[in-house]
Amino acid sequence: MTATEHPLAEEDLFATLPEVDADAQARLHARLVATASDAGVLDVAYRTIDTPLGVLLLAATEQGLVRVAYACEDHDGVLERLASRVSPRLLHAPARLDLAAREIEEYFAGRRQQFDLPLDFRLSQGFRRTVLSHLRDIAYGRTASYAALAAAAGNPRAVRAAGTACATNPLPVVVPCHRVVRSDGTVGQYVGGTDAKKLLLALESAA
Amino acid sequence: MSREPFELVVQRHGPTVLRVCRAVVGPDAAEDAWSETFLAALRAYPALRSDSNVEAWLVTIAHRRALDQARARARRAVPTDDLPEQEASAGAPAEWESDLASALAELPLKQRQTVAYHYLAGLPYADVARVLGGTADAARRAGADGIAALRRTMRNPSLGRSAEGDTS
Repeated sequence: MTATEHPLAEEDLFATLPEVDADAQARLHARLVATASDAGVLDVAYRTIDTPLGVLLLAATEQGLVRVAYACEDHDGVLERLASRVSPRLLHAPARLDLAAREIEEYFAGRRQQFDLPLDFRLSQGFRRTVLSHLRDIAYGRTASYAALAAAAGNPRAVRAAGTACATNPLPVVVPCHRVVRSDGTVGQYVGGTDAKKLLLALESAA
Repeated sequence: MSREPFELVVQRHGPTVLRVCRAVVGPDAAEDAWSETFLAALRAYPALRSDSNVEAWLVTIAHRRALDQARARARRAVPTDDLPEQEASAGAPAEWESDLASALAELPLKQRQTVAYHYLAGLPYADVARVLGGTADAARRAGADGIAALRRTMRNPSLGRSAEGDTS
């Protein structure tokens, strides 16, 4: 047997301490979320949900749902931008998003036509925000053109800006920018990709 | 400057801070200490300078929380010789009840803190000194004394650790 004069280098000494177990991590994380929420310092809560369009990231402030993001938007990047634009006091905290998750699941199951959720529009400003506020006037299963949306928002000539507002919608699915299509009848661009837009329109027309 | 999401701070540094808490205040009080540390850190996080060493910052908060807890215990203490009943350590995995954990528990507080902050959290002695007060040299001495004491305890076969390998 090989013998060593100093069998316990510092690294070996501390190697005998156990790694922190997953149970303790989960327990402490849940406790942090609860106490932070009670103390009013959990500024942004987030979770993910599985949908027919892939994994969606949902984030909420204390005011309401602030962000819905498709996987193609890069969830890590979305979280970083939320940290810098809203607050870095951001934790994975599914409970605050239970209602939003349930309503989105019902929507994809064809059992819900309207969302009844508090929304926080702080990530959209100015004319874009005005445009987004008019999207809820387009009923489930219906579509409108970018030109009609621009007119509804009070500036009929701002068709491109209306398109930009839809393309930068921080709350896709819930704020239905997918119902805005091109005047020539093609579906046009979508933040979640054209296929996702087609699927949403098909879902709504089937109901 | 903007900071990364606090969730990443918890993922990255949570396990290390829990090891430090277990080493310094023991497995039973460790989860309370961890929770208070991370709640305080979350509160202060937006104001943290972006070039700060996050782990050193967390250890500093944990250290101050431990001091506060000790003071609160001292205020509540009633004159008695009875030691508080050791609760079953629901918070720590069974393996924490190791020779090293009990050897750590026997170190004087300053040595225990120094060893935990330097060897478990990986803080340089200059940072350890900033947390504990005193000079980097004093911290280095406390660390060396602590390691020597741990080695002595760990080498002692009566504490359950085999001395095989000491026979060269």
